[in-house]
Amino acid sequence: MSSASRFTSILKLIEGPQTLGKGPKFWSGFSVVLLAACAYPAFADSYDVGNNVYFFNWLFMAMGLSLIWGYGGALSFGQTAFFGVAGYAYGVLTINLGDAYGLTLLSLVLAVGLSALFAAILGYFLFFGRISGVFLGIVTLSVTLVLERFMAQTAGPEWAIGKARLNGFNGMGAMPSLTIPWPGGNIVLYPDVTLYYVTLALLLVCYLGLRILVNSRFGNVIVAIRENPMRAEMLGYDVRKYQLATFVIGSALAGLSGVLYTSWGNYITPASMGMTAASLPIVWVAVGGRTDLTTTIIGTLAVLMVFQSLTIYGSQYALIVMGTLLVITVLIAPRGIVIALISPFMRRKSKLEGER
Amino acid sequence: MAILETRQLNKHFGGLHVTGNVDFALQPGEMHCLIGPNGAGKSTFFKLILGEHLPDSGAILYDGEEITRAKPFERIRKGISVKFQVPGIFKELSVQQNLTIALQHHVAPEILQEEIDRLLAFLKLSQDRKQLAGNLSHGQKQWLEIGMAVALKPRLLLLDEPTAGMTPDETFATGEMLQELNREGMTLLAVEHDMAFVRQIAHQVTVLHFGKIFAQGTIDEITADERVAAIYLGEVDA
Repeated sequence: MSSASRFTSILKLIEGPQTLGKGPKFWSGFSVVLLAACAYPAFADSYDVGNNVYFFNWLFMAMGLSLIWGYGGALSFGQTAFFGVAGYAYGVLTINLGDAYGLTLLSLVLAVGLSALFAAILGYFLFFGRISGVFLGIVTLSVTLVLERFMAQTAGPEWAIGKARLNGFNGMGAMPSLTIPWPGGNIVLYPDVTLYYVTLALLLVCYLGLRILVNSRFGNVIVAIRENPMRAEMLGYDVRKYQLATFVIGSALAGLSGVLYTSWGNYITPASMGMTAASLPIVWVAVGGRTDLTTTIIGTLAVLMVFQSLTIYGSQYALIVMGTLLVITVLIAPRGIVIALISPFMRRKSKLEGER
Repeated sequence: MAILETRQLNKHFGGLHVTGNVDFALQPGEMHCLIGPNGAGKSTFFKLILGEHLPDSGAILYDGEEITRAKPFERIRKGISVKFQVPGIFKELSVQQNLTIALQHHVAPEILQEEIDRLLAFLKLSQDRKQLAGNLSHGQKQWLEIGMAVALKPRLLLLDEPTAGMTPDETFATGEMLQELNREGMTLLAVEHDMAFVRQIAHQVTVLHFGKIFAQGTIDEITADERVAAIYLGEVDA
């Protein structure tokens, strides 16, 4: 196969059995949403635009969980562990290396790489030890809580890596924002319009890349493992390797969220790896519909926005609403509310196809 | 040389010997049925061959090569395939996708669709390709799984009660499918309760009882054996 035709065959995987939404209708809707997202800064205050990048930051972690849990069937409660590892790593690296010469971008890559390495080591013991189901959730939750506890006790001056003080429960701050080296002056990605476009572009690349991944042969195998791991193994697949690879990719996306969040707010705290933080991603992706990337994104954005507007009245109050939302989802629409809302249309369509 | 051989194969769970010193050999091209009363150790014997359980002692050879401790997926890659008793299909995926997953790692992308169509026709499922596998009738699910097992082009196909829950017509059609596969050169080993089905397909029959080989022969020899009738009535002890 020539490289050009290989490229087109890869591009075709952007639509497939593992993703909802195909054909001109979906992609025109997608383009409208994307154009609206691109146009938004023109109609809003740049301070608000920068603030709202906050919502984008979490979507990488949500997509990662959709991949691990929704597609792969492994409930990981530990997305925040990788978020925290990458966030702190970014802080330590950039405080020591500084923001010149594109070193913040190198730090981003290293920090995400570190969280992926951590996921690979943890995942090796989990999947090659054949830990699955609820035990996988328990172990991953324990890992994130251990990390939270550990970072919380690093308040003393002895807890420093180079110039970077870890600061215990107060959290680590004052790391530089991501900075793109540019002829005629570096572009510092403060929470502002530029950061908004950079994050949006990253989001687009990850979303489309993941669509291709889940519709590829690799994606076929991970949903097969979700449906029936024994059958998948008895078709000759080394199930453990596929589970591990999925876990590493999904966890690295949580790491990317961690770096973006830390750079955006110049701040990270142990609470970002705590019980509350660890449970929220589960709510986001469960409510939207974890078995699809698009519904995961829609659900996560909706839940985050509701959560933010409720937090004005008190964060404990907002958390109770989140818990209730999860219970309602599990009881009424276990596959996710967004999926439940669109499935009547999908069913009618497939019925029509059958009649033809 | 036997395509599958077990030598002094032993497995016990606690004090219970479920497989005791089983010496078994299967010749290439054979259609062989494994029968025996409930608890005779048929399923455990299958699980040992597949690597779901590891034996306490003894050896398993496939095509002369020892596979006693090989991982299940490694045995599959060597040319063994299996159809489980409870249909092991991917319920939330379409029939077409179920077959794609079975075929994709050894069939070139250009001829994948062609292979899927051929299998669908063989399984009488061409009309249902877009259907979710979980929505198929019980018999169709059994066929789909046979199709997935066959998609690997195995040399040895293991079938654990392939006709369980099927109507007599479906059972007969399944027998014809298996005979066709056998004519193409596939060796088959099936655990089966339905004696009419065993009579339809089996060249050789092995009777297991309390984890040991109790009798072996053609179906006529086995049905004529009064001791075999007696164990089904619970009249012979181990």
